[in-house]
Amino acid sequence: MIGNELQKKKRPVEIAVSSLLFISAVISIFITIGIVSILAEESFLFFGSQEVSLKEFFFSKKWQPMINEFGVLPLLNATITTSTIAMLVATPLGIGVAIYLSEYASERVRSILKPVLEILAGIPTVVYGYFALTFMTPLLRVFFGRDTVEIYNTASAGIVMGILILPLITSMVEDALGAVPASLREGAFGLGATKLETSTQIVLPAAFSGIAAAFIVGLSRAIGETMIVALAAGAGPNFTFNPFKAAETMTGYIVRISGGDIGYDTMDYNSIFALGLLLFLFTLVLNIISRIVVHKYQEVYE
Amino acid sequence: MSNKRYRKGIAWKFAFYLSTLVAITFLILLILNIVNSAFGYVVIENSIEPEKLAAHGQSLEEVEKEQLIGVLEEHLSKGLIRRFNYEEPLGERTETELLRLVYERVVSPEILKSWSLLESLLGKDDIKAWRDTNAPQGIVEFRAWLNTDFITTPQSPVPEFAGIRTALFGSLWMILITLLFAFPVGVAAAIYLEEYANPNLLTKIIQVNIYNLSGVPSIIYGLLGLAVFVRFLEPLTSGALFGFAEAGTANGRTILSAGLTLGLLILPIIIINSQEAIRGVPQTLRDSSYGLGATKWQTILHHVLPASFDRILTGTILSVSRAVGETAPLIVVGASTFISVDPNNVFSKFTTLPIQIYQWTARPQAEFRNIAAAAIIALLVLLLSMNAFAIVARDKIGKKRKG
Repeated sequence: MIGNELQKKKRPVEIAVSSLLFISAVISIFITIGIVSILAEESFLFFGSQEVSLKEFFFSKKWQPMINEFGVLPLLNATITTSTIAMLVATPLGIGVAIYLSEYASERVRSILKPVLEILAGIPTVVYGYFALTFMTPLLRVFFGRDTVEIYNTASAGIVMGILILPLITSMVEDALGAVPASLREGAFGLGATKLETSTQIVLPAAFSGIAAAFIVGLSRAIGETMIVALAAGAGPNFTFNPFKAAETMTGYIVRISGGDIGYDTMDYNSIFALGLLLFLFTLVLNIISRIVVHKYQEVYE
Repeated sequence: MSNKRYRKGIAWKFAFYLSTLVAITFLILLILNIVNSAFGYVVIENSIEPEKLAAHGQSLEEVEKEQLIGVLEEHLSKGLIRRFNYEEPLGERTETELLRLVYERVVSPEILKSWSLLESLLGKDDIKAWRDTNAPQGIVEFRAWLNTDFITTPQSPVPEFAGIRTALFGSLWMILITLLFAFPVGVAAAIYLEEYANPNLLTKIIQVNIYNLSGVPSIIYGLLGLAVFVRFLEPLTSGALFGFAEAGTANGRTILSAGLTLGLLILPIIIINSQEAIRGVPQTLRDSSYGLGATKWQTILHHVLPASFDRILTGTILSVSRAVGETAPLIVVGASTFISVDPNNVFSKFTTLPIQIYQWTARPQAEFRNIAAAAIIALLVLLLSMNAFAIVARDKIGKKRKG
């Protein structure tokens, strides 16, 4: 009886607190709503204007808002080039480091290497941009010749971006490898497999979903990465497949345009939101795919 | 057969080992490259030797304030003096400020060429030879671009006089706003999700949404901040509503807008970290509190939060250090390209350390690369000390609870 009465007792503090907490949790939803509605609204203005047609946006190879040329391909192409180079660097290295840490390294070595990788992950991206421009580009120019490699180029930005993403991939892959039960490894050893055969033919396939997710998350990070490309990849859209030439990415364009004084409701202003929407959709789709991969293909062990 | 398998194993082990080595090499190269640019020899040429300015063989540092003003008036144009007086009357400035002006404007040392640390260590003779042929009047001097002047002086268009004072203050003000917003909201959201939320659709949406938000590129948050804080909420963020800015010149590109934008950016990370911390508190702790008649909020406030506070704190500091290093969203929100006045409230225009680094790196002149490197070291030291503080604080709180 007393319990019932206590339960019914009104506790204003409790109610106030729980509503406040609830509101805090719901704020995160409003952030998403804010992002989507703002990107959509400004993009609508962009595509709704007479100068821009969807067909031109997706198929024209010229992006020069000054003279009403709005083809996203050069920017998109540069984004794809830098991201591809970054993934070519980060994936093999990242998986290699993860296998070494998880399967080969002693406890002592791990306890030293893990913090080192965390430092690498904690360095601000603008510092990587500095590194790309003042170290990687000169290095590339020494190797491939000053005439082939321009001062600003997508290769340098891509390689350094790969180093930036490496710790992310390593830590995700290592988690995935660590989740594979020891019994699987012992079973393989028992059948006479070498350490390498166990790692590559038993552990890696078992952790495949986690590795795929790491790749996708890394890719999404590369597409959205800004400061490295803004500093090292070049300012000015350029449709080229040559990684030694300067080319501006989508993020690079957004930074360059918004860094100057732009007036509201100009084509420049609206165009950065249209690119933002495209960027947002890319990363959203990649994030969703990574989650699906993890959930659908995850091997479950007793 | 087995020999071949064995050899293959060795080869691949070597490959895995090598990739680890490559990763560490990059980290070392990155740091060496920065240190290499932040120190080194320079050849300086003064417009007027400082000894000639002070009378009776005194050094400039010993000279009285009035004499310094005299030196300024003697060597600078009337227009420039008028401008200085307009900014702040020369008579009211401190001696250090005046001395700085004399050095910057009258002595006006010009760095003719700078060498990296590596070049300086390997070839001092070459540098001297360069001086002898190109600038016989020049002085060869070893310069640490990162020095106390660099930290305490404001921005300047001349690299050798530029400092990061304004940027440091900007960063600190901004972190304050970011923390004031993101910490309470983030922890509250985490408490709700871990302690209150029923496992229903709404909770699931909130949770999935938080994970998705943590994967959104930071530049998108910049666009959000630009549209919402800078443009839509301009009367609020420019301070016009509170009488801090004239209606005509009001501008939303302020510390407040920047801090809130980064607050939104790190909110999902703080929530996720805090959730993990709260999840780590054993259920028995809650049960015993309930058993003693505590209400839910009392249990959370007096038991769950204190028990998880060390981990919440660590997670928060790590998220904040991410905010400190962010550059792209702040450029989009509209960091100022050049300000030399300390920010004095949240409605001030701002620049931050990473923004300075970006702008200096983007300049073609070598000396700007030098100060960019010096600023990077300052930024990395700031971040490292924040992380060290997080670790120490965690250990201290953890020990207290155990002891």
